[in-house]
Amino acid sequence: MTETTTKKCSVLNTSPVRKGVPEKATGQAKYTGDISLPGMLYGAILHSPIAHAKILNIDVSRAKKLPGVKAVLTTKEVSNIKFGHSPARFDETALAVDKVRHVGDEVAAVAAVDEQTAREALELIKVEYEELPFILNAVDALADNAPLIHAEYPRNICQEVHNEVGNVEKGFAEAYLVRTDTFANKKSDGACLEPQATLANFDINGNLTLWTSTQVSHYVQRTVAIVLQMPIDKVRVIAPYVGGGFGVKASAGSHEIIACMLSQNTHCPVRLVLDREEVFMHNRARHQFYHEMKMGVDKYGKILAHKHLSVLDGGAYSSFGIATIYYNGSLLHAPYAIANMRYDAYRVFTNKPASGALRGHGGLSNRACFEAQLDMIAAELKIDPVEIRIKNSVQAGDTTASGYYLSSFNMRECLKEARDSSGWVKKKNHLPKGKGIGVSTSYFVSGAGASIYRTDIPQSTVIIKVADDGNGVTVYTGSNEIGQGSDTVFGMMTAEVLGLALEDVKVISGDTGLCPIDLGAYSSRQTLMTGNATKQAAEAIKTQILEKVSQRYHLPASEFELRDGRIYGTEKNMDELNLIRNRYKFEHRHFTNLVESGPLTFAEVARLIYADSGSILGKGTYRPPDIQYSKEWKGSVVGASPAYSTQTCIAEVTVDSETGDLTIDHLTLAHDCGFAINRKSIEGQLEGSMCHGLSEALFEEMIFDGKGRLMNPTLGDYKIPTTMDVPDMHAIIIESNEPNGPFGAKEVGEGCILPVVPAIINAIRDACGVVIMELPITSEKILKSLKAKEAAKAEQYIYKPPENADRILERAAELSKGSSAR
Amino acid sequence: MKKYIKLNINSNEYELLVADNETLAQLLRGPQVNLTGTKQGCELGDCGACTVLMDGKPVNSCLVLAMQANGHEITTIEGLSVNGKLHPIQEAFINAGAVQCGYCTPGMILKAKALLDTNPNPSRTEIREAFVGNLCRCTGYFKIINAVESAAQSLGNKEVNAK
Repeated sequence: MTETTTKKCSVLNTSPVRKGVPEKATGQAKYTGDISLPGMLYGAILHSPIAHAKILNIDVSRAKKLPGVKAVLTTKEVSNIKFGHSPARFDETALAVDKVRHVGDEVAAVAAVDEQTAREALELIKVEYEELPFILNAVDALADNAPLIHAEYPRNICQEVHNEVGNVEKGFAEAYLVRTDTFANKKSDGACLEPQATLANFDINGNLTLWTSTQVSHYVQRTVAIVLQMPIDKVRVIAPYVGGGFGVKASAGSHEIIACMLSQNTHCPVRLVLDREEVFMHNRARHQFYHEMKMGVDKYGKILAHKHLSVLDGGAYSSFGIATIYYNGSLLHAPYAIANMRYDAYRVFTNKPASGALRGHGGLSNRACFEAQLDMIAAELKIDPVEIRIKNSVQAGDTTASGYYLSSFNMRECLKEARDSSGWVKKKNHLPKGKGIGVSTSYFVSGAGASIYRTDIPQSTVIIKVADDGNGVTVYTGSNEIGQGSDTVFGMMTAEVLGLALEDVKVISGDTGLCPIDLGAYSSRQTLMTGNATKQAAEAIKTQILEKVSQRYHLPASEFELRDGRIYGTEKNMDELNLIRNRYKFEHRHFTNLVESGPLTFAEVARLIYADSGSILGKGTYRPPDIQYSKEWKGSVVGASPAYSTQTCIAEVTVDSETGDLTIDHLTLAHDCGFAINRKSIEGQLEGSMCHGLSEALFEEMIFDGKGRLMNPTLGDYKIPTTMDVPDMHAIIIESNEPNGPFGAKEVGEGCILPVVPAIINAIRDACGVVIMELPITSEKILKSLKAKEAAKAEQYIYKPPENADRILERAAELSKGSSAR
Repeated sequence: MKKYIKLNINSNEYELLVADNETLAQLLRGPQVNLTGTKQGCELGDCGACTVLMDGKPVNSCLVLAMQANGHEITTIEGLSVNGKLHPIQEAFINAGAVQCGYCTPGMILKAKALLDTNPNPSRTEIREAFVGNLCRCTGYFKIINAVESAAQSLGNKEVNAK
């Protein structure tokens, strides 16, 4: 933005200490697992050890007899009302009914006086299973005679999509160069440091309070109420401090519902904390994707047509999958202008833990495939990788082929800043052997325009209440602070509008008992959506303050200004000022630190209003404006957002040609976040995204054995980066003025992971001529490729996804033949 | 089998009844001591969130049996600030923006204390090496390394001032 706005701001666009951080640094911050209630019991869940089986019988008699056990629940004792993420696909029950669909499916639950007794009781539950044929990969799932994981979905197809805009065949016919490439990733996990924890307590009146580690208090409240058949108002969900989410805590989980059931059954509070293995089995993180992309360009590198065939291995349940499959198509419609696009995709069920959403939902592996292919095209045409991206870029004011209107979009600035800051021009084609530099761009939504269930309610409502004595305000928002810093953002916005210091603003969030509904922390929506509601609520307070002084001073409101905790303009009439001040002082004469001079304070004026009419409240709501999306591109409503962020990553790497060892030397990430609210938090998101992107590029893979059992369910075997794996990095904040954002702000938390993976892939190609088209990129894959390249005496070698990826994509192509895309 | 052990936790003497398979992390967080600032992320020694100091040295408290700690001095995150005044390392983490979700923070800060007690002026590489057993998913470690550097500086300055 906009120097003018920056200059006018006193709180926004700075780097204050975040709210809650001193508490976190001293151990005072209470996460769900830190909370105890008198008489509390400990819950534990029995999971299926088999990927696909009928449950013939569950014998809980021995478990029930174990001293200290207070309840043992199976499907017979509890509600079997279905729930899930997308209302069109509610396909889960809290405890398995009749059959289990993956290793880790919840079969029974126990509450006991301590954790050890609860775990011991699990071992005494005897379950008789009849094993069923199981499916661990998408090609088996899509077979004509495949066993069905859910009876109602033939060929295990959870969802299919066939879309076309323009005319791709015509585009390819006119192209100078056409390439087809395939790509795959592996199922990955969120790996939040805090395992899911939940504490449920039914009181004597049947009111339920649920403390839980969630990104979405509202959806948890709603889901629990649906399954337990309770009025929603009798369920209070409180998200205490949350130790990271990244998407895996963005739905109600069965563990949350089970804890409520155990509490209801025992009439005691029940705390249930997942261990790390359970976290891996429960998390609905990134899908395993398969992509085949065909791109046609003219001889100058202008993209003429793009065709994308994709299969998503969704695991045993739908979870977020319906959104994922649509995002997987729509998130390729920018940051490049492509008139002719086709997308065919299948999301299939397999007997593995379900996949859902993770940071950069539905936009990571497709982006990696696209950008790696674009780089190979640039190389063939001898065009600089930065230039080919600038040439194809969209910009603010453009509408994509999927109909998305880009109201702000500083992609070219991101590219140029990252290029200049990294020394791209000096490095590209001038690095010593084994060193390489690579670039990628991307874009993301700033909040899903449509809510998850169909509703007309605003996506955010915020209430601000002025302290009774006027000293400060409290913001009440149902949004979720999960470590990303949203409470601080809303505090800063409120302080800015009311001319207060950040310290004068308290924020209470994530508590459905105190706060109005907000849909929560997913799809990078809160800064824009909750932010707009916060700004409106603060302005409603400001209006009341201005009206009061205007009335007392018989001057128009425009004569006054809220700044530094004062109401400037009130010193224009010293008689009136002294009258008001003396009254405040008299009323508060036993207090110290009363103001003696200068314009009236916010507190002095607020107290006048309180004396007239009691509490001063301000309310703000946000619903997205009429967001544009193309009716021609089916499902383009998924991906339609009030605003779009854009970002560029440049990676520098070294490849050891003897061992295939890969070192990431440096990462640069430039991100257009609209107007920057909390600069240090934004840097933190960019740095965290570089690390997270590096992690998905090089390490992350949930490995299953031939029976669907997870082989690496620990943070020792499932690798995420340590301090030794992360290079020095440079985060660049690029600002724009987003007209739909509060103060011009938009998202930062998710989009910036997207360009990191392909920038690394492209840097490796630059370093050694090897293109790794399957994540994670291991030294082994690089070394194999280097050897194959040498044997073929070729300039370039492409490491393709394994053979079964081809079979999966061939099967998808066969099934989609003749599918109408319109 | 349960047995009484003696522990000095944050300069307070405790006599505690512990089970033979109870870990130090469980004991610290449990009802007898109730110091929940120590976090548990994996219970296998992979993540470092449960790092505490035992006789000044960092340990993963999930890998130490409570009975093994008998007679030792334990410092948890609650013991670092004195009379409501933050330790300079805590200040450095807060001011550097090194805390996001905060779940790794207590372990990180205690690891930093152990490092700076033995090596008051670590290089960035030495900091990286010292923190290899403490995972963070939010920050990318960049600001954590900055915080340790800045804490080293402010602790150094303090010593200079005292002299």
